[in-house]
Amino acid sequence: MDEVITGDMPVKIGAPKDVEADESRVAMTPDSAGQLQKLGYECMIESGAGVAAGFSDAAYKDAGVEVVKTASALFKAADIVAKVRPPTSAEMKRLREGQLLISFFYPGQNEALMEAARKKGANVIAMDMVPRISRAQKMDALSSMANIAGYRAVIEAGNNFGRFFTGQVTAAGKVPPAKVLVVGAGVAGLAAIGTSTSLGAITYAFDVRPEVAEQIESMGAEFVFLEFDEEQTDGATTGGYAAPSSPEFREAQLAKFRELAPEIDIVITTALIPGRDAPVLWTKDMVEMMKPGSVIVDLAAERGGNCELTVRDEKIVTDNDVTIVGYTDFPSRMAAQSSTLYATNIRHMMTDLTPEKNGVVNHDMEDDVIRGATAVYASEITFPPPPPKVNAIAVQAKKEAPKELTPEEKRAQEVAAFKQQTKNQVTLLGVGAALVLGVGLIAPASFMQHFIVFVLSVFIGFQVIWGVAHSLHTPLMAVTNAISSIIILGALMQIGSTSIPITILAALGIFMAAVNIFGGFLVTRRMLAMFQKS
Amino acid sequence: MDFGFTIAAYAVAAVLFILSLGGLSGQESAKRAVWYGIVGMAIAVLATLIGPGSGLWLLSIILIGAGAAVGYQLATRVQMTQMPELVAIMHSLVGLAAVFVGFNADIEIARTAALFASEGLPFPQPEGQLSDEAYTLLGTLSNFGELIGKKTAVEIGILRVELALGIWIGAVTFTGSVIAYGKLSGNSSLLPFKIDTSATQLPGGHMLNAGAAGLSVILLIMYLSGAGSWTLVLLAALALFIGYHLIMGIGGADMPVVVSMLNSYSGWAAAAIGFSLGNDLLIVVGALVGSSGAILSYIMCKAMNRSFVSVILGGFGGAQGEQMAVEGEQVAIDADGVATALNEADSVVIVPGYGMAVAQAQQGVAELTRKLRDAGKEVRFAIHPVAGRLPGHMNVLLAEARVPYDIVLEMEEINDDFPDTDVTIVIGSNDIVNPAAQDDPNSPIAGMPVLEVWKSKQVFVSKRGQGTGYSGIENPLFYKDNTRMFYGDAKASIDSLLPKIG
Repeated sequence: MDEVITGDMPVKIGAPKDVEADESRVAMTPDSAGQLQKLGYECMIESGAGVAAGFSDAAYKDAGVEVVKTASALFKAADIVAKVRPPTSAEMKRLREGQLLISFFYPGQNEALMEAARKKGANVIAMDMVPRISRAQKMDALSSMANIAGYRAVIEAGNNFGRFFTGQVTAAGKVPPAKVLVVGAGVAGLAAIGTSTSLGAITYAFDVRPEVAEQIESMGAEFVFLEFDEEQTDGATTGGYAAPSSPEFREAQLAKFRELAPEIDIVITTALIPGRDAPVLWTKDMVEMMKPGSVIVDLAAERGGNCELTVRDEKIVTDNDVTIVGYTDFPSRMAAQSSTLYATNIRHMMTDLTPEKNGVVNHDMEDDVIRGATAVYASEITFPPPPPKVNAIAVQAKKEAPKELTPEEKRAQEVAAFKQQTKNQVTLLGVGAALVLGVGLIAPASFMQHFIVFVLSVFIGFQVIWGVAHSLHTPLMAVTNAISSIIILGALMQIGSTSIPITILAALGIFMAAVNIFGGFLVTRRMLAMFQKS
Repeated sequence: MDFGFTIAAYAVAAVLFILSLGGLSGQESAKRAVWYGIVGMAIAVLATLIGPGSGLWLLSIILIGAGAAVGYQLATRVQMTQMPELVAIMHSLVGLAAVFVGFNADIEIARTAALFASEGLPFPQPEGQLSDEAYTLLGTLSNFGELIGKKTAVEIGILRVELALGIWIGAVTFTGSVIAYGKLSGNSSLLPFKIDTSATQLPGGHMLNAGAAGLSVILLIMYLSGAGSWTLVLLAALALFIGYHLIMGIGGADMPVVVSMLNSYSGWAAAAIGFSLGNDLLIVVGALVGSSGAILSYIMCKAMNRSFVSVILGGFGGAQGEQMAVEGEQVAIDADGVATALNEADSVVIVPGYGMAVAQAQQGVAELTRKLRDAGKEVRFAIHPVAGRLPGHMNVLLAEARVPYDIVLEMEEINDDFPDTDVTIVIGSNDIVNPAAQDDPNSPIAGMPVLEVWKSKQVFVSKRGQGTGYSGIENPLFYKDNTRMFYGDAKASIDSLLPKIG
């Protein structure tokens, strides 16, 4: 809970212009600046930083943001620097001790940068390292960028595809709908599926994680089902990302794609495995099988591409007229949208860093989200972070298949069950016999004669009643009700008494029992007559 | 006074009664079985009239005739939905008859004792051979008096225990059954007073019952040690109170258990009286009925996953902690929507409950079934063991509406088929289809076996309104994505569906 940036001067957040030529995004928008000011921060922006994304310097000024002429001036004045791409070596040099840098950093691939930041004593929060837990979704920049990339991929494909997405029957003839295959149903994949289905294409989707089938179907696409018996890794154990699959599985997958390739018009591949090169899923021969005019958009181009023929950052057309798009800057191509989302992600990160809303950064290394995203802190490299305490996705309960028993096991079970049954019965009989014997020791013989009849009758009753069908329980009750009126015998025997009260009571007894006998039997007959077979 | 013939007849009757109960294992054999019971009863009554009960047989026959007339009226007029009430009120008659016969036995003992005393003979008889004087005196007595006169002190003691037990159980059965009848029939009750159908008890609750039971034991001991007949009267009064108070404390939803329990009691009362009268047939039949009722109670309790004691003590027990909150909302649907789904479905399962009986919707349901079956769809019924207010209640209602019994299945038979079912219609049942029983360990019905209707592709719930039903337990089924609520009176709802099917 140690405060890093303190002092009476208000803390300043500055967003420089990203210098890469193909980068149009900006880490702060006039809107997000307003929100940051509410947290107690002062905002600065490098002149012209937002122009490519559609935000003019004047708009920033109106929002109360100080516009700084040069990047170096901004780096000097700002306590917190927010940008999009990882810092260049020139920017790295401008960092100073205690300064906080928030950007995409890819610490796994950029060890030299991390080391440089450590030496400088600057702190780094990597937006790409935000853990995937529900609480952190609002600052999950990877997801918001992937969402845009997925959408843009479909638009890009449509741009290069010579036909409609949706099927139409027009006066000028019938147009078949386009068939789109989305490989990898992560955030980008799902966004692509949603866009593609809403444009009217027949959309198929594939993913190695069987648990996403439901999500795919909920977006309106058809899950490409792979017949494969391997125990598949549960996405929950890898934080919701796909894990590498076995060679056999890969083969089965490729075979399925080969089967699909000739009929698919547009392929959008989004398959990435964290920390590895993109797996090759769309091979050269598949491309050759595709119809002329088809389009492949490879969202994994940055990591080598899912398609064998992808060229990074370029659009190529193969000999059989298949267009392969290998752009890596899809979010940047929609800079207004992606800047808005990214700036909001940054703003949420700042909100979490400023729990008191007092314009002071509280870099709480106990917090799962902040700890996870921090790559360098207090002159120490803090990457990789420990696993978050909260699991991203609830682990799916393993469905236990009923175990096939071997004949020996079955036999052993039967023997055990039989033994148990015998034991139960013998115990019961033993207790019963002891009870009867006990009664027999005290009671006179005349009682015992009746008692034995009673015990046997109870026994017969239990044996017989278990066999009664459930559906006949109501008739059973009616019939037992009728025959329990056998008590009429007692009344009949007593009615002949010379005592008047006995005769009266007995007479009443006879009458009531008779009602019961006739009522009970008749109603039983009535019920049973209703039961009919179809 | 030769009972040889009577005893032989009793043996035949006993065998017939056993066959009668055993025959209920199947629908077809049951039709024969009921005749066994009738013949057995006829033989038993005739043999008694000719043999030991020969006194005043004209009056006996007149009384039996009168009883027959009343019984015939009852049996032919009763609606099938009122079966629970009928069975309950009939139990009360058996209970009351047992009380009367028991008191008679006590009076007879007193009379015999007085007779022997006036002749200066010892009573009860000492061990060993009867004296000649005693033997001649016995000849002047009625059959039952003669039986008593022969007994020794120990035998008289046992006799008294038996008749006191008979009276006690009979009295509990009597008031218990009357209360059960009142609760089951609700507003249509013929009783001169109204009975609250919910579980209500006097202040003191089960302590009152326990106190009354304890007092009964003390009275029994006093009676045995010769305190006189007033103890027996008081004992009966206490038993009447226990029967009343015990059943008042049990809610309407538990009535299947109560009715089968009372069924069992009426049997045990008959058996106890049989002991005191020394009549083996009474003992046999009483034991058969008693064990039958006990097994039915056991089956019902098992179906609700509750112990017998907890049912008798009333209310749902054993729940701990908060029940899971139910998220989502109940989505309503109209008759057109249900009809469309039914027309498209291949397999349909209908789950009826007490609500169907209340709304008298069984005819409509049967008609719906016929129409769907004519359209080539597979229609089946799923019956939970405790659906309705009487064991097997739903089966009888559906049979009355001419639904073939071979498409009416038990829970175990059909539960695995729900995932392959297109449409499930739940009519007037609630707890027996409540998924909380499986999902929520804190639910009051946790662990109770339920019909897994939510696994079918679509579920329609025909229900009067948004209430929680008899037991007041929230039902997550109503909030599931594949559930649609079909609000309204069950009969009106089903009737509105009929023209739209086909």
